Amino acid sequence: MDFQVVVLAGGFSKSLVPLVSKEVPKALLPVANRPVLSYVLDLLEQKNLKDLIVVVEGESAALAVSAWISSTYIDRLHVQVAAVPEDVGTAGALRAIHRRLNAKDILVVSGDLVCDVPPGAVAAAHRRHDAVVTALLCSAPVSGPSDSGSSGAKDKAKKPGRYNIIALDPTKQFLLHIAAGAEVEKDIRVQKSILRAVSQMEIRADLMDAHMYAFKRSVLLDVLNQNETYQSLRRDVLPYLVRSQLRSELLSNGVQSDENGNGTDAMQNIKILPSQLLANASTPSFHELFALGPDGSASMTRKTHKCCVYIANKSKYCARLNSIQAFSDINRDVVGDANHLSGYSFSAHNNVIHPSAVLGSKTTVGPQCVLGDGSLMVDKCSVKKSVIGRHCRIGSNVKVVSSVIMDHVTIGDGCSILGSVICSNVQLQERVVLKDCQVEAGFVVTAGSEYKAESLAKQEKL
Amino acid sequence: MVAKKGGNRGEDAEDELKREPLQAILLADSFATKFRPITLERPKVLLPLVNVPMIDYTLAWLESAGVEEVFVFCCAHSKQVIDYLKNSKWFGQPNFAVSTIESHDSISAGDALRLIYERHVINGDFILVTGDTVSNMPLIQALKEHKERRRKDNNAVMTIVIKQSKPSSITNQSRLGTEELFMAIDPGTKQLLYYEDKADDRKGTISLDKGLLMDNASISLHNDKQDCYIDICSPEVLSLFTDNFDYQHLRRHFVKGLLVDDIMGYKIFTHEIHASYAARIDNYRSYDTISKDIIQRWTYPLVPDVQFFGNCASKLERRGMYRASEVGLSRSAQIGPFTVIGNGTSIGSNTEISDSVVGEDCVIGSNVSIEGCYIWNNVTIENGCKLRHAIVCDGVIMKSGAVLEPGAVLSFKVVVGQQFIVPAYSKVSLLQQPVIKDSDEELEYDDNSSGIIGIPSISSTPEKLNDQFGTKLSDSQRRAGSEVGDGGVGFIWSLGEGGHEEEWRHSVAPIPADKLIEIIRTATDELEISNQDGNFLPPSGELEPDSVDNDSDEDARDDYSYFEKEVEATFLRAVHENVKEDHIILEVNALRLSYNLTSTDCASALFYSMMKLASDTPHDTPGELVKNVATVITKWKQLLKDYLSSIDEEIEVILKFEELCLESTKEYTPLFVQVLHLLYDQDVIQEKAILDWASEKEEAEESDKLFLKQAEKFIQVCINILK
Repeated sequence: MDFQVVVLAGGFSKSLVPLVSKEVPKALLPVANRPVLSYVLDLLEQKNLKDLIVVVEGESAALAVSAWISSTYIDRLHVQVAAVPEDVGTAGALRAIHRRLNAKDILVVSGDLVCDVPPGAVAAAHRRHDAVVTALLCSAPVSGPSDSGSSGAKDKAKKPGRYNIIALDPTKQFLLHIAAGAEVEKDIRVQKSILRAVSQMEIRADLMDAHMYAFKRSVLLDVLNQNETYQSLRRDVLPYLVRSQLRSELLSNGVQSDENGNGTDAMQNIKILPSQLLANASTPSFHELFALGPDGSASMTRKTHKCCVYIANKSKYCARLNSIQAFSDINRDVVGDANHLSGYSFSAHNNVIHPSAVLGSKTTVGPQCVLGDGSLMVDKCSVKKSVIGRHCRIGSNVKVVSSVIMDHVTIGDGCSILGSVICSNVQLQERVVLKDCQVEAGFVVTAGSEYKAESLAKQEKL
Repeated sequence: MVAKKGGNRGEDAEDELKREPLQAILLADSFATKFRPITLERPKVLLPLVNVPMIDYTLAWLESAGVEEVFVFCCAHSKQVIDYLKNSKWFGQPNFAVSTIESHDSISAGDALRLIYERHVINGDFILVTGDTVSNMPLIQALKEHKERRRKDNNAVMTIVIKQSKPSSITNQSRLGTEELFMAIDPGTKQLLYYEDKADDRKGTISLDKGLLMDNASISLHNDKQDCYIDICSPEVLSLFTDNFDYQHLRRHFVKGLLVDDIMGYKIFTHEIHASYAARIDNYRSYDTISKDIIQRWTYPLVPDVQFFGNCASKLERRGMYRASEVGLSRSAQIGPFTVIGNGTSIGSNTEISDSVVGEDCVIGSNVSIEGCYIWNNVTIENGCKLRHAIVCDGVIMKSGAVLEPGAVLSFKVVVGQQFIVPAYSKVSLLQQPVIKDSDEELEYDDNSSGIIGIPSISSTPEKLNDQFGTKLSDSQRRAGSEVGDGGVGFIWSLGEGGHEEEWRHSVAPIPADKLIEIIRTATDELEISNQDGNFLPPSGELEPDSVDNDSDEDARDDYSYFEKEVEATFLRAVHENVKEDHIILEVNALRLSYNLTSTDCASALFYSMMKLASDTPHDTPGELVKNVATVITKWKQLLKDYLSSIDEEIEVILKFEELCLESTKEYTPLFVQVLHLLYDQDVIQEKAILDWASEKEEAEESDKLFLKQAEKFIQVCINILK
């Protein structure tokens, strides 16, 4: 496949403090005891996309990611790790590495994506329509604990503010409008010219932009070069392409750089239309009809380009690790409902306990749990719906529910951990009670303390 | 609703349908002026559409759809409508009661519904239509949906009927000549969420409230639907019109009001029809389109060869031609396809008629060419006339060789002189064009101003009509004649507010090809312009905060200068009219509040006014100017001090003075220290303020230190005093 894959792995995401640190950039945060980046890389590897560029923000993060990739994927993937300055944004990152892009189409994937949608489907949709951009859309995940039935209605109510507002044509193949739900102030503004051309559009708030895009390289580079201020693919480049789809300036400018013989649009349309009719193929899309001009003659052709979407099936799992809440949710789902993603084989009790882990007497590990290698649990512990990393030492009478515990964590007797995230090398002394907390790596929680919905980090960092 | 108590709800619904007779309100007045000048003489609902008055189509449909009681609301020409209905077969039908409600002062659909509400005649769900609706849709399904929704949600007060119809991509108007319509509909519940029919073309976007997506996971935006103006309403609609007495227009006010203001959570739903026909005659273009639809039998059974009330059947012949039984047709006359010829009409030799409707008892001479025209009853067309896409009303006489260009409308009894060419899109009437008094009032007709007292009903014989007009026209006949050629009678109306540019949109004539090309060209230009605009659009499509800030900065500056002027005016008035200080303070405070400024601004504005007064008072030498300043300050220092509550304000005064010296009143420049000293002596400013000002200025550029250097000694004095 003539696709080049760029994985945007980010750097130290501020929204994930205190989970991220110098040693653990966002891409290496563990999801069921594997770095989140491995989910994307595995997905690509499965689909035989082995030639990748991984873009990381910041030199130190790049080193960390690079070290991990070379140790894990040494014989499996051909990966170039590129470091770009911090805070250049996704568009800036692509601008920085544009010299390395040489394929006709570029598949851009966010490194924090955990999903099982085949990238090939996106690529195929992209090719089928000869689109300039194709975005993967998936159903917006329901945040928060999904097991309590009553929360469904509540989640629905707060959903629209956070995800995307997306307008599609009636065939659900073309993207007509996109806006981030949180950024829309008051009104959703839809261009009349597009609505006129397409007659009917569907505006949906239940879809999420999954940050997997296929771009036509020539167009992408044109847009990046012409608009130096564009920072983000999601916020700048994609909306620009969608907005200008019926009055494209791109392909005409891109002709000289387009070695793939994409000619002018007018020529293309005249070629396409009769051939489609002869082949009894699908009816021409509204772009083609619009491009032909209102009188149907070729005298007044207009330039258009297509922005397509691939909507993932509802049964597919798709989530982005871009907040602490998402981190907990994804960990929960990967060991729970979407456990085929984790790559582990679950036992009859629907959990994974590494053979080298040691459990004391009367210690129970419930379903939807993962216990890493070398971890030790003393007597009368109870673990439910949680992920516990490698080489953790957990004292007696400890309760862990709906939490993520990373590697090398020491937990004293009688602790109770509920809905929390505990980073590597943390020490919890006796009888600590944590509820909905995040504990920074290396932190020591003194005996008997109780915290609720707090972020525990070292003082000097604040 | 009444029937809510019963056990089985399904039964209830059926009971309800049985128990309450289905009612309909038919508005026999469109409250618009689109059919002028014809509607000055006859109400729109009585205008013939393929030789049958429009209202008959509406009533025939209502009867066939199961409506049992119709209230016909008449306003304009109410007498004509009532007379017509009385003489028609509609009164006295066994299962179809037609009654009229007359009003003389209603100017809108809102007024009409308020009046009907007061009569207390509506007691259940009802159908609301205008008397110019042509439809064959069955109402049962829509009614059932409406009632079911009502049972679940009492706030579902209205169901509007829509139909697929894509507006032209060139002119952005529907085939009925109406403006394009943008609607947002919930795909699941069919609730109407947004309605925009008077599209503002300058706005390239549709703004949907974000809240809409809070309740609905997805909404459909449509540009391909047509509003049929057939509404199924609950009784609340009438009371809503009464509660909101400013609602006039059904769509522009009522629908928008319910959607935008979200009154009491009332909801409007849509019902889309697919197979059946529904359309409303809104303008000349829809008159043309719907006539053609009728001839082409889309409206079956409401077609010319099926007899329904009030028309006499004609026979359908080959190629869509309908001919009444008694037509005097010359052998050499060629009647083309899709043409209707009414009873008693005679057509001369070598005459060609195509795509046209000719009414009853017309006399058409030989060598006449008629294409796409609507010729009503008793029209005389002499030899050699040529008519293209025109409307010719009752009793018109076209003398030999006269020509009607596309889009022409000849109102009743107009006589077109020999060889006269009526220009395209012109409207000719025996009545003079009324002077537009108040464009706000969209009166179809005003009984008193039209000047005609006894408008003959159409049942009158032609002779009678001639008599009446003969006496009345004697005076104006000669004058009018000159406008429509030799021997002609009638005034050519100057075109309406829309001007010639817009006439083509709503005329019976097809849009000329050159016009289309012109529109395409401008549209492409606009696209390019908007394209350039698009580049400046910030990425998220929202306004950039920066630009807003800039605006408000400018506003603030403007505000201050206005404020300063107003304060100065107030102050001068005080000086000249000896207003009390308290009152000035009150007025200045009021100004401050209205401009949203601080008391510091008041101090500097007042000080500015005083210095201005001093410098405006006649003086010869700088010494005299200082004296003037001293007088003014002494007199008004109390006022000024009222605003000098802290050191900051005093510094502001010094800064203002500095600015004054530098910019507006250069006279003060050499006197800076003297005036400063004066202000100090008068206790207007304290040493501390001067020192603070000095230290603030210390860091300024050299050029700004001009006054600082002048005042150096004085500052030194101040320092000493403070010590």
